Amino acid sequence: MAARTLINVPQKAKRGDVIQIKTLISHIMETGFRRDNVGALVPRDIITSFTCTYNGETIFDAELHQAIAANPFITFHTVATESGTIAFRWTGDHGFLQEASAKITVE
Amino acid sequence: MHSTRRAFLATAGGAAAALVVRPAHATPESMASAIRQIVGEASMKPGKIKLDLPPLVENGNTVAMGVTVDSPMTAKDYVKAVHVVTEKNPQPNVISVKLGPRAGKADIQTRIRLADTQTVVAICEMSDGSFWSDKIDVIITLGACLEDPV
Repeated sequence: MAARTLINVPQKAKRGDVIQIKTLISHIMETGFRRDNVGALVPRDIITSFTCTYNGETIFDAELHQAIAANPFITFHTVATESGTIAFRWTGDHGFLQEASAKITVE
Repeated sequence: MHSTRRAFLATAGGAAAALVVRPAHATPESMASAIRQIVGEASMKPGKIKLDLPPLVENGNTVAMGVTVDSPMTAKDYVKAVHVVTEKNPQPNVISVKLGPRAGKADIQTRIRLADTQTVVAICEMSDGSFWSDKIDVIITLGACLEDPV
């Protein structure tokens, strides 16, 4: 169930700067409203939650629904406070779980 | 004999009624109830939040959407949450985001699905408990959910 993720976090930032974080994950985001070629409903399979933590503190927490397009792409911002790890976690239907992280150096 | 026929008709009628109850698409009423769930009894004013969507969309399967909120994002005055709901998608909710002063800037971008020409509403909740909204009418040429699965 490993999904590919792409994360864009600046490697270096000045203390107090607002930085932009871009995340992309490969996922079908099947809505559960579509029918296959024999008319049976295709079961729902989506990512339901995405959280981002900065050195353990939650900075972004999103609840996703079927109306998010396939391969969810999310851009948001945070304040660069200290050097450390920015961790990302996607959870979804059928026990889907994917984690990723990025290092940042704050001067 | 009569009783069995009656029983059969009653069951069949009940089943038919049960099939009709659930509409295929969300309605303005379901959007209103989704908004009610977010806002509760508080009142919602237009302003502060800015929803960015193209007015004319060719393909509803991926629509770039941006939401920005005008807020200093300090420990005392920040955006608590941002929600986006639609009028005619099969399910009204799109995304709900919790933010805090650590966000620095309330500016979120993502890609969404839109099933039909409709109104999209963005709502933000500020740290003082007030709710603000913005809405955009979007025209969709090809809606999401129409294509066959591969």
